[in-house]
Amino acid sequence: MTDATPAASAPAPRGARDDGLDAHLIVDRGSFRLDVPLTAAPGEVVALLGPNGAGKTTALRALAGLAPLSGGHLRLDGRELDRTPPESRPVGVVFQDYLLFPHLTALDNVAFGPRCRGAGRAEARTRAAAWLDRMGLAGHSGVKPRRLSGGQAQRVALARALATLPRLLLLDEPLAALDARTRLEVRAQLRRHLAEFEAVAVLVTHDPLDAMVLADRLVVVEHGRVVQEGTPSDIARHPRTDYIARLVGLNLYRGRAEGHTVRLDSGSEITTAEELSGPVFVAFPPGAVTLHRDRPTGSSARNLWHCAIEGLEIHGDQIRADLTGALPIAADLTTAAAAELDLHPGAPVWATVKATQTHAYPA
Amino acid sequence: MTPPRPTGTATVLPGGPRRGRPRTGVPLPLLLPALAGLAFLVLPLAALLVRAPWSSLPEQLTSPEVWQALRLSLVCATSATALSLVVGVPLAWLLARTDFPGRGLVRALVTLPLVLPPVVGGVALLLALGRNGIVGRWLDAWFGVTLPFTTAGVILAETFVAMPFLVITVEGTLRAADRRYEEAAQTLGASRFTAFRRVTLPLIAPGVAAGAVLAWARALGEFGATITFAGNFPGRTQTMPLAVYLALQNDPAAAIALSLVLLAVSVAVLAGLRDRWTNAS
Repeated sequence: MTDATPAASAPAPRGARDDGLDAHLIVDRGSFRLDVPLTAAPGEVVALLGPNGAGKTTALRALAGLAPLSGGHLRLDGRELDRTPPESRPVGVVFQDYLLFPHLTALDNVAFGPRCRGAGRAEARTRAAAWLDRMGLAGHSGVKPRRLSGGQAQRVALARALATLPRLLLLDEPLAALDARTRLEVRAQLRRHLAEFEAVAVLVTHDPLDAMVLADRLVVVEHGRVVQEGTPSDIARHPRTDYIARLVGLNLYRGRAEGHTVRLDSGSEITTAEELSGPVFVAFPPGAVTLHRDRPTGSSARNLWHCAIEGLEIHGDQIRADLTGALPIAADLTTAAAAELDLHPGAPVWATVKATQTHAYPA
Repeated sequence: MTPPRPTGTATVLPGGPRRGRPRTGVPLPLLLPALAGLAFLVLPLAALLVRAPWSSLPEQLTSPEVWQALRLSLVCATSATALSLVVGVPLAWLLARTDFPGRGLVRALVTLPLVLPPVVGGVALLLALGRNGIVGRWLDAWFGVTLPFTTAGVILAETFVAMPFLVITVEGTLRAADRRYEEAAQTLGASRFTAFRRVTLPLIAPGVAAGAVLAWARALGEFGATITFAGNFPGRTQTMPLAVYLALQNDPAAAIALSLVLLAVSVAVLAGLRDRWTNAS
């Protein structure tokens, strides 16, 4: 055991190869089936993003060895891990509510992993102290978890997971347990620590902002399957399911394009700036929608639909109107405009969208 | 004045001896039986104190027989508790954390001594571990070990009766404990046993302590199984409860004195551990 690679269970036998995570996770649980292919290069941060019940946490547990795979495979740095029990996997986990051992100090929590992986008491503590120091928690080493703030506990949990020098770091909703204000700060810190981490990191979240800030690549999971995969900006601009479109605040439609016209399954048409043919998605932000009480004349907008207000809700200093009719639309308008138009559920409205505000891309 | 309301402060008579009773709003059909029950529990203890031979007490208590019986009781109850801990905590873990066919039956068997008359337990122990018992015969033949009518026999009889209390308490605590801590320990490289030793056990320590105290108290007062399996030999198997019973036949004053000692020990344990628990949790 050298200074360079302390702790950790003996790494891959063919230690030279360093090709990150190559997994196909299949877990059957009653009527639910998780089927998620997942690969990541060392140094990459991948976010599994999806609604509650999509199977994200199951995927994470399968990676950690806490839930057995029903099929597929799991390789890390070229080493098969399918049958390896959790305690022998070079995997570190930051759990959703951290699960710091309440009877141990912050230092002993972090030293727990190195101790279990064979380090002596003194050595484990020295290493743990170094990790706490790196997390800016040198002054809190003797503190029990219940005396730590949410942000501090999160960093101790991260230090505890990293202290075993994992080749795969798993984070389950790492920011969910924090209040809004701490969250912002912790998110920035976590981003920095993840950027420094040289192995694979996989985080699970239902919060698109967390995913987009923290991850290099998003894997969107719905109903146990991958529905979209890509860089955060790619996914934000080209959502492929309603769930992601809602998350990133876009109206999303699927249809067939012929030139500048996209015909939806419902029969409605959208005029787009792009010229495409075949199956496409069309997206535009709610802010691009203009509402009119009477049918507008002489408008430059190429898209005009007759709709009815289904619901109104306040979004910050704006009002989000949900429209039904020709096609379901979310529209944002100011409270003043909403008052002027005398909007109320059931009220008929005309919605216009400029073709240049829409964005069409192949499905 | 406004008309009196059932729960209003206006009905509380200042300075009256029954002040506070109307305020609590306890219906009489509940209050009266409750008070009767309380009296029933407290009255015998009061009688013990009232009738205690206070003048001759120092003399009674310093007699070697009393000390002998008390020491034997404490040694046996503590040993039985230790034995229960060594085998009972793993048994509780097995019941709470694993799933095997017939687990329900095993659990029923573990709890059986809770409801079994202790005398029956003593008879059963004799048939199992007695000199002609199904196991005792071999113990005798191969190792020359005889358990009935020895101090070791007392410890076994007390363990038989007391261990279920520990197992049930610890199992309940284990079920209530968050298993994800064990998973967290596993992801950090701890084997299941290490996770149990370094994470689970410290977390359930209050429950283990509670179970141990229950078991200890039960063992201290154990009578039926002990006298059946281990007999009543002063200095060897005559624990306090046996001594009390025997003394009651020919020296009631001594019986009362011995009872007072047991009462004091019980109260001391209860008071001492209550503080420890409240501090721990």
